[in-house]
Amino acid sequence: MKELSVNHLLGIKYINKNDIDLIFETADHFKEVINRPIKKVPSLRDITIANIFFENSTRTKLSFELAQKRLSADVISFSAAQSSVKKGETLIDTVNNILSMKVDLVVMRHSNAGAAHFLANNVKASIVNAGDGSHEHPTQALLDSYTIREKLGDVGGKKVVIVGDILHSRVALSNIYALQMQGAEVKVCGPKTLIPKYIESLGVLVEPNLRKALEWCDVANMLRVQNERLDVNYFPSTREYTQQYGLDKTLLDSLNKEILIMHPGPINRGVEITSDVADSNHSVILNQVENGVAVRMAVIYLLASKIKQ
Amino acid sequence: MGQKILLTAKEVNIILHRLACQLIENHLDFSNTILIGIQPRGTFLANRLASILKEDYQIKDLKVGFLDITFFRDDFRRGEKPLEANRTEINFIVEDKKIVFIDDVLYTGRSIRSALTAIQSFGRPAEIELLTLIDRRFSRHLPIQPDYRGRQVDAINNEKVVVNWKENDGEDAVYLERK
Repeated sequence: MKELSVNHLLGIKYINKNDIDLIFETADHFKEVINRPIKKVPSLRDITIANIFFENSTRTKLSFELAQKRLSADVISFSAAQSSVKKGETLIDTVNNILSMKVDLVVMRHSNAGAAHFLANNVKASIVNAGDGSHEHPTQALLDSYTIREKLGDVGGKKVVIVGDILHSRVALSNIYALQMQGAEVKVCGPKTLIPKYIESLGVLVEPNLRKALEWCDVANMLRVQNERLDVNYFPSTREYTQQYGLDKTLLDSLNKEILIMHPGPINRGVEITSDVADSNHSVILNQVENGVAVRMAVIYLLASKIKQ
Repeated sequence: MGQKILLTAKEVNIILHRLACQLIENHLDFSNTILIGIQPRGTFLANRLASILKEDYQIKDLKVGFLDITFFRDDFRRGEKPLEANRTEINFIVEDKKIVFIDDVLYTGRSIRSALTAIQSFGRPAEIELLTLIDRRFSRHLPIQPDYRGRQVDAINNEKVVVNWKENDGEDAVYLERK
């Protein structure tokens, strides 16, 4: 009988290949469940989950909530914008107040790297990191790998290029850990100012030319330019970024090979990817969203099964 | 650990044919019936009965599915061991169909309770019956009884009934093991 090696999902760095395999096998079953006429199972009916989002989110928040509801958990959701955080309450006080309402599991997004670790060390609940600053976003990386596994059969041996703002992207870091753990090769591509200085110490090669990167890869993960995190000008103009690192149909068609186009959303249409590429049959962007629910169900189910009564 | 044989390969074979005939009595050509093997161990019995019905009794278009009940069990987080899921394969409309649940051993009845809830996710069947190879009477926790039974066994609680199948365990046989 198999179970996760961890009690919290704080990042891909802290789990192992067996955990990823177990999450994917479990997600396969949940994917079948969410395609039934009645898409709900009663497993978690005695579990209460709090979704605490200190940063904006559409997809991740909805996806987590839906996953929790499909598992019959009781769910409370909380956005920092409408809360007492604005009145100066500390993170640990906010969370402890929520936990005293008998919450078993907390899903948190926060703008500071390490916020999920801080919680895991200081409160009595299972923690799922739904993104902490520019550190990790483990469930996104898991659903990206799950989608690659579904479309290409296996992640091992595949070549994946991550394009765009690597410096500020938690999706990039989690993806690098997840892909390498499963035996894929990873390159990154983007303006030099948006590539972290020590990226090569992770065993990741930098390819500054988008065409060369695409010719090399099986999968291209196009990241969003995170305007809200750009405190100075990292590139001269959006137009120049698009000309060098934007993916359009002409470029895609000139490759003479099939590649899988992924995007974690939200898309800046016409910046990192044009509409005709985003909506083409190379794109698996909406598959990623569907798989997100199944993968998050698996993560929550497996973590909840370790919470003792 | 003592072991006693309850059914030999020959006895299992006779019982399977009897159960197949009893199913035919109630379901005739099976046009409105679906056999559902309960994962994991009920699938062997379901496949075995299906091949007898097809080959020896010329039943055509027999519908066989498999139902996993893991996410519907009532002991999630209550046992020491984590629950492991299996594949569900129900590629038919169950609405208004007659369903026969097939499992190897009926013990507390809790698995069948879970299966009754799980099948509702696929629609509202006209009726549901239960077929088991071994019925451990006197050990039920719930008011659930089989409609078709292979053999009734009186076993006490520290005994275990083990059903072996040729395709999985190398032989057809049923044992009673004392822990």
